[in-house]
Amino acid sequence: MIRPHRSHPLWIAYLLHRLSGLGLALFLPVHFYVLAFALNEPERLDGFLRFADNPLVKIAEFGLVFLLAVHVFGGLRLLALEFLPWSPRQKTLAASAVAAAFLVAGTFFLQAV
Amino acid sequence: MISIYSFLLETLTAINAAPSFTVIEAVLSASMQEMDVSVWRGDASGGGLEHFRVPAEESQTILDVVAWIQQYADPTLSYRYACRVGMCGSCAMMVNGVPRWTCRTHVKKVLKDNAITIEPLRNLPVIKDLAADMDPFFDKWVAAGGVHHPTKTRNEPIEILDPKTPERVETDTGIECINCSVCYAACDTVSSNVDFLGPAALQRAWTIYLDPKDADPNVILDAVSGKGGCHNCHSQGSCTLHCPNGLNPMKAIAGLKRATVASFFKGGR
Repeated sequence: MIRPHRSHPLWIAYLLHRLSGLGLALFLPVHFYVLAFALNEPERLDGFLRFADNPLVKIAEFGLVFLLAVHVFGGLRLLALEFLPWSPRQKTLAASAVAAAFLVAGTFFLQAV
Repeated sequence: MISIYSFLLETLTAINAAPSFTVIEAVLSASMQEMDVSVWRGDASGGGLEHFRVPAEESQTILDVVAWIQQYADPTLSYRYACRVGMCGSCAMMVNGVPRWTCRTHVKKVLKDNAITIEPLRNLPVIKDLAADMDPFFDKWVAAGGVHHPTKTRNEPIEILDPKTPERVETDTGIECINCSVCYAACDTVSSNVDFLGPAALQRAWTIYLDPKDADPNVILDAVSGKGGCHNCHSQGSCTLHCPNGLNPMKAIAGLKRATVASFFKGGR
């Protein structure tokens, strides 16, 4: 359970950033190991790619993209928080603008797909 | 509103009788609601929670609760307070796991299932019971370089500052600190890194750094960019959330991060 002094959005954002970073750090060595099959053992790579068509792996891939997205936006959030000396009002406006941009771009993307 | 309890107390004092705890308790149990209060008792070697039944009152603060226990239940309870009006910064404690200034925390705001847990401030050594040792907090205040480095002597006229400059406006947002150590107790970076200077000391350093009257801002940048300096901060924001005076130490630390990075890229240190 999250202790009382930590139960606020910024701390949860920190936790998500940390956990997603750890998850990606564990994933990357495996990722490079599998990619290395393309050079050394193409048959093993093909075998792995067939395994990767498994629906469960597809769901895991979604998790991976989620971790990446959380980590990227968490990092951008930190950079903005620490390196842009904005007022809280400006930050709210900027966050709203980014959210609106994602909404528009996401709708456009879904239409295109 | 005068409660039955305080009326009884005044009456007993008026007839010059020592307030008898058993008499008061008998009246209280019959006429007043009581709360379950768990108070941490112990010292640097260890301790645990002790339970008390404390009468509920109108407009009661956590400091009132602690004072009641010390005066009517157990006179050996140790705690620290001075002004009782949120000026001096001496009465901060952990209330239900959250650091708070107890003199201005109303019971009704924090009471959960008719119970309250009161513990000494986190991240500081305990002297006894609810009194934490503030020495590390103040030592870091000095270590962060938050000391004015004068440019003039006392014989020269006082320098006039324009209150509207961006630096002064930013400084104004950080100077109302009462040194209560609530931010220090809220900070997880302090608990995981004993060298970390902490939010209050770094905020102080930031306001001195911005002061145009300060002779050597680079001394401050050196002090805050070392091993326990501003770059240890993870921007978790607990300091800012819990600051009883509504200050934003996280913003001040971000300012120091920018200043040290800018100094580095300008060929500084």
